[in-house]
Amino acid sequence: MNKRVAGFFAVGSTIVATVCILVILFGMAGMFLVQGLPHLSWAFFTEAPRNNNTEGGIFPAIYGTTLLVFIMTLLGVPVGTITAIYLTEYTKQRAWLPRVIRFAVNTLAGVPSIVFGLFGLGFFVQFLGQGVDIALGNDQMVWGKPALVWAAATLAVLTLPVVIVSVEEALRAVPREVREGSLALGATKWQTIWKVVLPNSVTGILTGSILAVGRGAGEVAPILFTGAVYSLPELPDGLSDQFMHLGYHLYVLATQSPDVDATMPLQYATTLVLLGLTLVLNFAAVLIRSRLRSRQIRL
Amino acid sequence: MEQHIDKSLVRKNRRWGEWLIEKGVAFVASLSIILIFIIFIFVFREAMPLFSSMSLEEPTVEAPSGATPKDDVVPNEDLTPEIYNPEVYNLAPASADVPAETAPESYDPNAPESYDPNASASDASSGSTPESYDPNASAEETSTQESAPVTGDEPAIERENVSLANITGTNWQPVSEKPKYGISTLLIGTAKTTIVAILFGAPLGILAALYSAFFAKKWLREIIKPVIEILAGFPSVVVGFFCLMVVGSLVQSLFGLDFRLNSFVGGIGLGIAVIPIVFTITEDALSSVPRALREASLAVGATEWETAYKVMLPAAFPGVFAAVLLGIGRAFGETMIALMATGNAALFSFNIFDPARTFAATIGAEMGEVVWGSVHYNMLFFLGAILFVFAFGLNTVTELFIKERLIKKFHGN
Amino acid sequence: MKKHATKIKADNLCFYYGEKKALDNVSMDIPEREVTAFIGPSGCGKSTFLRTFNRMNDLIESARVDGRVEIDGKNIYDSDIDVVKLRKRVGMVFQKSNPFPKSIYENIAYGPRLNGIRNAVELDEIVEKSLVRGALWDEVKDRLDQSALGLSGGQQQRLCIARAVAVDPDILLMDEPCSALDPISTAKIEELILELKDMYTIVIVTHNMQQAARVSEYTAFFYLGKLIEYDRTKKIFTNPAKKETEDYVTGRFG
Repeated sequence: MNKRVAGFFAVGSTIVATVCILVILFGMAGMFLVQGLPHLSWAFFTEAPRNNNTEGGIFPAIYGTTLLVFIMTLLGVPVGTITAIYLTEYTKQRAWLPRVIRFAVNTLAGVPSIVFGLFGLGFFVQFLGQGVDIALGNDQMVWGKPALVWAAATLAVLTLPVVIVSVEEALRAVPREVREGSLALGATKWQTIWKVVLPNSVTGILTGSILAVGRGAGEVAPILFTGAVYSLPELPDGLSDQFMHLGYHLYVLATQSPDVDATMPLQYATTLVLLGLTLVLNFAAVLIRSRLRSRQIRL
Repeated sequence: MEQHIDKSLVRKNRRWGEWLIEKGVAFVASLSIILIFIIFIFVFREAMPLFSSMSLEEPTVEAPSGATPKDDVVPNEDLTPEIYNPEVYNLAPASADVPAETAPESYDPNAPESYDPNASASDASSGSTPESYDPNASAEETSTQESAPVTGDEPAIERENVSLANITGTNWQPVSEKPKYGISTLLIGTAKTTIVAILFGAPLGILAALYSAFFAKKWLREIIKPVIEILAGFPSVVVGFFCLMVVGSLVQSLFGLDFRLNSFVGGIGLGIAVIPIVFTITEDALSSVPRALREASLAVGATEWETAYKVMLPAAFPGVFAAVLLGIGRAFGETMIALMATGNAALFSFNIFDPARTFAATIGAEMGEVVWGSVHYNMLFFLGAILFVFAFGLNTVTELFIKERLIKKFHGN
Repeated sequence: MKKHATKIKADNLCFYYGEKKALDNVSMDIPEREVTAFIGPSGCGKSTFLRTFNRMNDLIESARVDGRVEIDGKNIYDSDIDVVKLRKRVGMVFQKSNPFPKSIYENIAYGPRLNGIRNAVELDEIVEKSLVRGALWDEVKDRLDQSALGLSGGQQQRLCIARAVAVDPDILLMDEPCSALDPISTAKIEELILELKDMYTIVIVTHNMQQAARVSEYTAFFYLGKLIEYDRTKKIFTNPAKKETEDYVTGRFG
C-alpha cells in the first residue's frame, strides 16, 4: 500500500510538472493573443510610430527585423552549410580537426548572447568597421559604428550552430548507399556532394535557415549595441545604417517609455507580432523536419 | 588492351579543383574554431586596459564626459520617471548601505534613474547627462550614432584609476563621482537569480522529461515533446515582458512584497527559459538508455515508476547532469529576462525578494551609454569575459567529461 | 583451369578493419568476360574482397590493405592510381538498390555526364542503350522523366545495373544484387547477368548457392577471411576438393 502511494506521487509529480509547463506555455501565448489581438490592425503593421512612440504602428521595426534576419541568413547559412558538409562528408570522425570544430560549435551554442553583443561591438564595429573606415580613408565614421551589417553578422555567428546542426542532420539522412552509388560510377567526392547529396538535403538546409531566422529574429541582447535603435527618422537603406527591431522596440516600450500605461496596447500588440513571427517560423521548421524524417524512412 | 588500361588508370595530374574545394571547405569549417578564438581575444582585449590602469596610471577622477549630442532625439528631460515600478522609490531611504556620495539630498525623483538611487545620485551630480548607466536613459540609446565615434575623436579621455579593493568592494556605482566597481554585488545578483531559475526550471524540466519518456502514451509523447520544445522558441524579450507584466504582480501579491520586480521574479523568468533546455537534453538522455535495461528491470518485478526512478534516471544521470549544467549556463547568461524582471538594482543583498542586477543585465543596460575606451567600458567587457569563461568552462565540462562518459556507459569502448 | 585471359589478379591480399583481419592472404585470378561467383557464410570476407577491386573500402576509416590487386596487370593500390578513373572502369551494383532520387533518365545520364558528355542526342542514345542492356527499356521508355524511386525493387536493381553499364566499364562487380528481391525479379536479373557476360567481366557475391550454380562459370568459396577453394563452378558444387567447401555447399553449415 505504501508502495502504491509512492508510485502515485512518483507518476503524479511528473504529470504535474508537465501540466505546469504547458500552463506556462499556453498562459503566455494565450495572454498575448487575448491582449494583443484587438490592437492589431492594418495600420499597425504599415505605419511608423508617432508621437514619441506612443501611437502609430511598428512598420519600421518589422522592416528592420526582416532586413536584419535576411542579411544574417545570407551571411550565416552558407558558412553553416559548408561546415556541416565538412563534418559529414570530408572528415574521419576520429580525426582531431572535426572534433575540435564540433567542440567549437557546441561552445558557440553555449556562449551567452550578450557576449556575442560584446564581440560584435569589439570585433565587427570597432575592429572591422573602423578598419574599413581607415582603409577607405573616410573622414567621418561610416562603418566604424553600430550598423545593420554588424548586427546581422553578430547574429549570423550566434545562429551558426543552429544551421550546422540542422544541415548535418539532413546530410546524414542521405543514405550511404546513394553516396557509394555515385562514387562507384567514378564521381569525385565533390561531384557526389554537389549532384547527389546536396540536392537531397535542400529541405534540411531550409529547416536550418528557418530555425536560424526564428532564433535570430527574437534575440535582442546581441543587437543592443551593434546596431538597433529605438526610433529612426527614416527606414535604413544601406548596410551601414542603423535599424529598428521588434524585440528591442518591445524592450524599450516596456521599460523606458515615458508613459508605460499609455503604450500598453502597443506593447501587447508588438509582443504578439514578435511571438507570432518566431513561433510560425519554428512551426514551419518542425513541419518540414518531420516530413523529412518520414520520407527518410520510406527511402 | 593491357597497356591501354594500364595508363588510363594512372593519374595524369592532380585534380586541382577538387583539392581546392576540399581545402576551402575545411577552412570555412574551421571558422567556428577561429570565431571562438576571436570572441575570446576581442572580449579580453577590451577588458585588458583595466588591469594595466590598475597599476600604471595615476589616480585622476574624471566626471563622465564625451557624447552628449541629442538635439534631434527625444530630450532626456522629457522622460518622466519609471512608472512601471513605483515601489522602488522607497528604496533610497530604506537601504541602509547607501554610501555617502549617494546621500539623500542628491536623490532627485525627477531624474530618469529613479529606480536606482546610486544612479540618480550620479546623475544629479553630473547634471543629468545621458552618461548615466541606466537603460532608462533611453535618449542616449537613440543617439548612439552620434555618441559612438567618440573613441576616435577624443583620445584624451582621462582614465580613472581602479584599485583591486574597488573591484572587490560591495558597491557597483560606475557613474558616480568616485566610480565603484564592486563585482561582488553583481555576483550575488547573478547567483541569486540563477539559483532560483535552476530550482524552478530544472525539476520541472526533468520531471516532464520523465513523463514524456516513460509514462506518457506514445501519441501523447509525440505531442508533448514538440509542444514543450516550442517554449525554446519564445524570444527571451517576450518572456521578460511576461514576467514584467504578470509574474511580477502575481509574486508580489502572493508573498506581500515591497518590490514588484525582484530576483525571485527574474529567477522564475530565467527558469522558463531553462525548462526547454533541461527538458530536451534529459529526454534525449532518457531515450538513449538501452531498452534492454528497462525490460530487465520490469522483468524482475519492478513497477514502471520504480524502473523509471531507480534504473533509468540513474542510468541517464550524466545526461541529466549535463542538462542542468547547460541550464545554468543559459540562466546566468540570459540578458533580456534579467534586464526586465529582476528590478535591476545593484543591491548587496542575499534576500531573493530584493531586486538584483546580474552580470549580463549590467552589460546590456550600461554598454549603450558608456564612453568607448573608458574604465567603465573596460569593466563591462571584463564582466563579459567572466561570462564567456564561465560558459566555456561549463561547455567543456559537459563535452569532455559527461558526454564521453555517457557514450562509454552505453556503447562500451 | 585458365581458358581466358586474367582480368583481375589478387596477390597475397590481406585486409584489416582496424585490428581485425578480414582477409587473409587471398590470391586468385579472375578471368575476363566470364561470371565469377564468391560464396561463403556471412562475414567470411567475400564482400570485402569484392570491394577491394574498385577500392570502395577506401571509404572505411580504419581499413588497411596489404598485398596487390592487379587489373590488366596494373596494381590498383599503387600510389599513382587515380581512384576516380579506376571506378569508371570497374562498375558496381550494390546489395540494396540505390537509385539516386532523380528521374530514371537522370540516373542513367549521371555517369556519362561526369565523363563530360553534354550532347543531348548522345546522352539519349546512351540512356536507351544502357536501359536496353539493363533489360528495362521496354518497361520504362514511356516514363523516363519519372522518379526512379517509383520503380519496383527489381526494376530499381536493373536500373542500377543499367546505370553502371552506362559509363562503359570493363568489369561489373555485383554485391549480392538479388538478396532483397523476389524470385521473379531474381530470375530476371540472373538472365540479365548471363546476357552481359559476353561484354563484361562480372564478379558476383551471392548468398544463394543455386544462384552461383546458375550464373557463374567459376566459383570461389570463402571462409573466415580465407579463400578455401576456387575452381570451375561445376566442380565446386559436384566434387569439391576441400571438406569445408563440401560441408557448405551441401548445407551442413552456413
